[in-house]
Amino acid sequence: MSSADAFELIGVDAGPVRAKPILRSIDLVVPANGVTVLAGPSGAGKSTLLRLLNRLDDPAAGEVRWRGRALTEWSPTELRRQVAMVFQRAPIFPGTVLDNLRVALADVAVERAGHVLEHVGLSAELLDQAADSLSGGEAQRMCVARALLTDPAVLLADEPTAALDRAARTTVEDLGRMLADTGVAVIWVSHDTDQLRRLADHVIVLADGAVRAAGHLDDLDASADPIVRQSVGAP
Amino acid sequence: MGAIVGGGMMLAVEQGDIGVVGLAASGILVAVAVAISLWRQLGLERSLLWAALRALVQLLAVGWVLQFVVDPDDPLFLSALWIVAMVSFAAYTTSRRAADVPKVLPLSLLAYTASAIVVLGVLFGFGIYDLEGRTLVPLAGMVIGNSLASTVLVSRQLLIAATEQREVIEGRLALGLSATEAFRPHLRQALRTALVPQIESTKAVGIVFLPGAMVGLILAGVDPADAVRVQVSVMYLVLGSVATTTAVMSLGISRELFTPAQQLRRPAQRTDD
Repeated sequence: MSSADAFELIGVDAGPVRAKPILRSIDLVVPANGVTVLAGPSGAGKSTLLRLLNRLDDPAAGEVRWRGRALTEWSPTELRRQVAMVFQRAPIFPGTVLDNLRVALADVAVERAGHVLEHVGLSAELLDQAADSLSGGEAQRMCVARALLTDPAVLLADEPTAALDRAARTTVEDLGRMLADTGVAVIWVSHDTDQLRRLADHVIVLADGAVRAAGHLDDLDASADPIVRQSVGAP
Repeated sequence: MGAIVGGGMMLAVEQGDIGVVGLAASGILVAVAVAISLWRQLGLERSLLWAALRALVQLLAVGWVLQFVVDPDDPLFLSALWIVAMVSFAAYTTSRRAADVPKVLPLSLLAYTASAIVVLGVLFGFGIYDLEGRTLVPLAGMVIGNSLASTVLVSRQLLIAATEQREVIEGRLALGLSATEAFRPHLRQALRTALVPQIESTKAVGIVFLPGAMVGLILAGVDPADAVRVQVSVMYLVLGSVATTTAVMSLGISRELFTPAQQLRRPAQRTDD
């Protein structure tokens, strides 16, 4: 994955209420290689930014680009299959785990479905199990598996471990790291500084709707800005 | 089936005339209800009397107007006008009772109009009833009146799904499904919720209850076999109109809930553009 794959935000205002945007006049490059962690206090606009990248929402002003094209020029469904997303609360569809995987790829063979489960650290035997009987960590990993079936180049992760216990959190973090190492760029929202320090290749700190800092962890640790130092848990 | 309510109705007017005294006497039954309310301290006396009085006044007024609308010498113009008024009033009522639904007024106008055209088109197109004010107005009333509750229900159900199931719907959108695909399970569920009660009451008819139209005809002196045929056609009419209205309404609402970029609108955005 090259830097040409990065997302560019140009003069972006965005938020659920168009008249009162959370993000204001954002100019930013979001790297799409390795793991990029979006950090910052609650209400800073991290999730708002993430949802722009697969066009679950559109900015109220400005433009978002990926691979040199404005997102509005992409077919939304095609874009979302290349820029996949997992959420804080794993959305589980009715039926078995296999049924869930088939929402992403209707004609997926049982064998490939089993492989993708094993790829995210789940047993292929779970395929026939009711999806709503999975534990929180298993459900989140199933959601990652489901998203991987569309062969995405990027995986957006909106606080994917916030609802999980410590053990499950570790497995999902490891999965994120593994994906980044195997060529799927991960853009991960977190306000857990320990997690950020374990995962991040790049960090973007948002505060109060603006970009406070962006770069490598070492650079941000040396920042003079106390909000940045606090957001990355600088020693 | 050809004009199944032919001569029977003329006879009915004679035999079914209960007169002012009879009407007043039937008011005793309202008094019984009021007495029960007083006895069990239900506090419903005023509501009961008001409801009974309103029904009387409304129906007397409608009956008076209907005299002109269903006049055999009338060239159906007044009947058509009456139907337009009914459709408008039903759409207005729907928009009041499902106020948060996007574009509810134009969509319900469309839904009731489509249903009236389809159902009345079949009933008159196949000559099941003779096309005249006396048949057109009450049948249109059955189409619209019986669809109202289901239309409100399906509208609310869809809005609840779009709000409470937001995460699941966006989960499907995020996998690259179109808005239509992402919402299909919720659309299906809402339509089933609206239609199943209608199907159940259609199944129970004759066993659990005798429907109003049939009771009315029999009381008015029509041969029960004729009354049954009228009733069956009315029940099929109701099923057809409920299905048509709810289908048009739900497809319209589904479109309004999403943007052209396959995004689920937020409540605050539903009034945008």
